[in-house]
Amino acid sequence: MADSARTLTDLFGFLGNRRAADTAPAAVTPSGKTDDVSHPTKSLQKFLTSLQAREKPALLDLGPVVGSNVNFFGEHLGCRIRVEDLAADIETHLKKGNTDELPAFLEKRFTQEPGSVDGILGWDMFDYLDKKSAHVLATVLASLLKPDGALLCFFSTTERLESVYTKYVVVDPLHLRYRTYPATRARQRALLTGDIIRMFKGLRVSDSFLMKSNVREMLFRKNPA
Amino acid sequence: MWKRDESVKPATPPVPAPAVVPAAPAAPAAASMPPAASERRTQQLQGEHVNIGKSVVIKGELSGSEDLTIEGNVEGKIELKENILTIGPNGKINAEVFAKAVIVLGIVVGNVTASEKVDIRDNGSVDGDITSPRVAIAEGAHFRGSVDMQRATAKAATPPAASNKPATPAPAAAAQGQKVGA
Repeated sequence: MADSARTLTDLFGFLGNRRAADTAPAAVTPSGKTDDVSHPTKSLQKFLTSLQAREKPALLDLGPVVGSNVNFFGEHLGCRIRVEDLAADIETHLKKGNTDELPAFLEKRFTQEPGSVDGILGWDMFDYLDKKSAHVLATVLASLLKPDGALLCFFSTTERLESVYTKYVVVDPLHLRYRTYPATRARQRALLTGDIIRMFKGLRVSDSFLMKSNVREMLFRKNPA
Repeated sequence: MWKRDESVKPATPPVPAPAVVPAAPAAPAAASMPPAASERRTQQLQGEHVNIGKSVVIKGELSGSEDLTIEGNVEGKIELKENILTIGPNGKINAEVFAKAVIVLGIVVGNVTASEKVDIRDNGSVDGDITSPRVAIAEGAHFRGSVDMQRATAKAATPPAASNKPATPAPAAAAQGQKVGA
């Protein structure tokens, strides 16, 4: 009764040890109290590693601004971070009812020179775009990356009906905290992995992880020059 | 049943997390303080402090050697290289800003450069690029632009300067007076 929330995966866990990343403890505040649930991430560490060798990398964050993330990436990478909140842009188009203009908008959205960005934090922005807009954004992001640059994206693998955006707060390179806030519409239809790979022409999949939270974390790299 | 309750407890924190912005532990507390009280407290801590009131509009270059709080409108350039600049909740700045530390509770449009820290508090807004070794952006603040934290430069530049001038202020900086240009 008490364990009704347990999934089959949890029950199978009795047969052997669970993976370390899946049993990670919740974040602990400096005061020592357990604060919020932190979710394991496997791709963030790899994203950081891919950029650490670069001197003062240029980073593009497509999610809503999170102050602690700015500090985290600044301290870990000594990078120049540009925050371009795509969720806000999507919201603006939804509220105006002109989502059909979103692909054209995304095509001209970024002012950066092609091949000028070392890393892009795409988070789960593609989940909120229709197929055409997603294709346009993928092409634009691929062109912005420098050779061997990295793009980190999360894709939901199941249909999620709740209308919320998620702020991904970095706890440490292996854990994220999810903070949701209201959205006008829910995530769009989950993309299949094959479609995702085809969408990012010019990029190769460096790492792909299917997490227990039904999120596929994917790290793309642009081919070296 | 008891077991279940225990496992649920940690997921619902009783207090909002101060650890979310670890670099600025003091910011949420100060932000929750009434603006007037926070201003008075700042004045008590700082020896010299100048206010630019709500009704004041300045167009041009503003520079000085005292901490400054702006509640009015400033367009142009603000330079307080050795001091703290606070843009109050009513302050509207459309300018390039250079200061030791910048605290934003109002609205700033323009690039902000600080040698120590930029702190965008709750309801503060910055549209522009930030260059500073430390940056704190509170939950609820608005920011659009880029952040350059100058990790390598700051580390390399600070120690020699500190060792050359241990305590005495630079004569040029001491002699520099406040200048408000129109």
